[in-house]
Amino acid sequence: MPGARPKVVRSSLAKSPTGIQGLDEVTGGGLPKGRVTLVCGSAGCGKSLFAMEFLVHGAVRYGEPGVCMDFEETEAKLRANVASLGFDLRELTKRKKLLVDFVSVERNQIAETGEYNLDGLFIRLAHAVKAIKAKRVVLDSIEALFSGLVDSTILRAELRRLFHWLEEHKLTAVVTGEAGEQTLTRHGLEEYIADCVISLDHRVTDQISTRRLRVVKYRGTSHGTDEYPFLIDREGISVVPITSLELAHKASTDRVSTGISVLDEMMEGKGFFRGSSVLVSGSSGTGKSSLAASFTRAACARGEVCLYFAFEESPSQILRNMRSVSINLEPWVKKRLLHFHAMRPTSIGLEAHLAVVHKLIEKFRPKVVVIDPITNLVSASGTHSIKSMLMRLVDFLKVEQISSMFTNLTFSGDPQERTAAAVSSLMDTWIVLRDSKPNGRPRRELYVLKSRGMAHSREPRELIVSERGIELGKVLRDHSLATPVAGPGGVAVPE
Amino acid sequence: MKSSTSKRRPAKTKRADFYRLRLYIAGQTPNSIAAIANLKKICEDKLHGKYRIEVVDLLKKPQLAKGDQIIAIPTLVRRLPPPVKKIIGNLSKTESVIVGLDLKPLR
Repeated sequence: MPGARPKVVRSSLAKSPTGIQGLDEVTGGGLPKGRVTLVCGSAGCGKSLFAMEFLVHGAVRYGEPGVCMDFEETEAKLRANVASLGFDLRELTKRKKLLVDFVSVERNQIAETGEYNLDGLFIRLAHAVKAIKAKRVVLDSIEALFSGLVDSTILRAELRRLFHWLEEHKLTAVVTGEAGEQTLTRHGLEEYIADCVISLDHRVTDQISTRRLRVVKYRGTSHGTDEYPFLIDREGISVVPITSLELAHKASTDRVSTGISVLDEMMEGKGFFRGSSVLVSGSSGTGKSSLAASFTRAACARGEVCLYFAFEESPSQILRNMRSVSINLEPWVKKRLLHFHAMRPTSIGLEAHLAVVHKLIEKFRPKVVVIDPITNLVSASGTHSIKSMLMRLVDFLKVEQISSMFTNLTFSGDPQERTAAAVSSLMDTWIVLRDSKPNGRPRRELYVLKSRGMAHSREPRELIVSERGIELGKVLRDHSLATPVAGPGGVAVPE
Repeated sequence: MKSSTSKRRPAKTKRADFYRLRLYIAGQTPNSIAAIANLKKICEDKLHGKYRIEVVDLLKKPQLAKGDQIIAIPTLVRRLPPPVKKIIGNLSKTESVIVGLDLKPLR
């Protein structure tokens, strides 16, 4: 995501990339090289997976073999974690990319009979590091020592010595710690970590869980202090950077067809600006999806990759419905230009949706993105959250020069209408679809309520969606509505 | 260094009474030297003729640390009689050693 790299990060500090999607952008290149990073959070927050990803990606992508000293997990669990990243622990071990040492600390089983130190641990670690010429180390979770060893004075002194040892040997290390009640970690490990502390969080609000990551401390690097939503899926962790804190994206003068020639006509004969955001709002059955589909088809016909997020219908249902209005999208799906992603809006939290959207955009690198409809996302959250989510998404799309279309279902007088007003300010173009019944004959109408940066038509036209496809009729002189008052802010709602 | 009272088990000793002890150290540190001396003294007092001590220096054989799950140095492992027991420290607290090794008083 080169365009999304926050521009504020200027760093002379050497970094070790984690390979965790999004995190390296947030931190301006990864974790501090040759230093110890603390990753903390409560049980199940993804600490171990974070650590393992850092190690596996380091070994596989960045040519830095890694040692994992595992104080808690069993080999089966660890192997499952590694397998979820698409790698085989045994294979990596065999190739000397990875070495795992399972350290078992018998809880309060060890009698202490005088002074001691943790040289045993040091020797094991040094031996493992030497065996595979490791550059990275994970200690997960070293806090287990506190339950095994009684003398915490010795233990604390030894931990300090251990972290020094790691730095002395120029090893980039990740140490995990369980979240404490008042402190970041139960045993205050953060006291020993000077350079980088990352906190992971797993919250459940309204029965929808959201994972968040926060860079608590990163010495020598300006980092975002925001909480970044992240996702754990089959491919590991992905962090969603809050992109472009400043409005600095380039505005393209390039134009893309709407897929409907008369609509192109209405927009200076050229269609939308590339990389702009388009809102299509209208009540049920006014043809929003059809409009989105023809926009999609036109993009595919130009050879552009499209990503279609369906929050209401399954892909096969969309394909069938669109075929009935002569928009055949199937060939583009087969040619792998059009990718559908369907999900229930309430299945995961809003942040997670955003994470999924980001991830798929990264994966497919589309030129056109359709979200159909955003209305359904509102049910997953309040209006405020959807606005901030959309703002981030729209920013991200603009930076990447991706043209986007959002459909929005409206009911007059419904709070949803307000949603349209709230999100419309983020949109460059707002197309309104309406039902009307002048002289008793029902018809659909379309007009361009706003379109930034162009002299667009403001006159409504009849929209005809039939088995012949989508057509726009002549300018309606007899339309039932007064010509909408469309201020540049686009907040005016007709009627 | 390896010190053992005898290579062969004394004929009279029952198997259950024989102690096989392994002491892990890392170089000749004060704690290591103290642990060896303390251990020898306790064994002579409590287990005369019925024990064997093996000292493992992890600086020389680091690969052995994994097998007995050694973290702390010095660590004493009672390999026999079962169950395996582990105690850490320089063995200066004799009472703790006796309890930790579950030493029966000399009959």
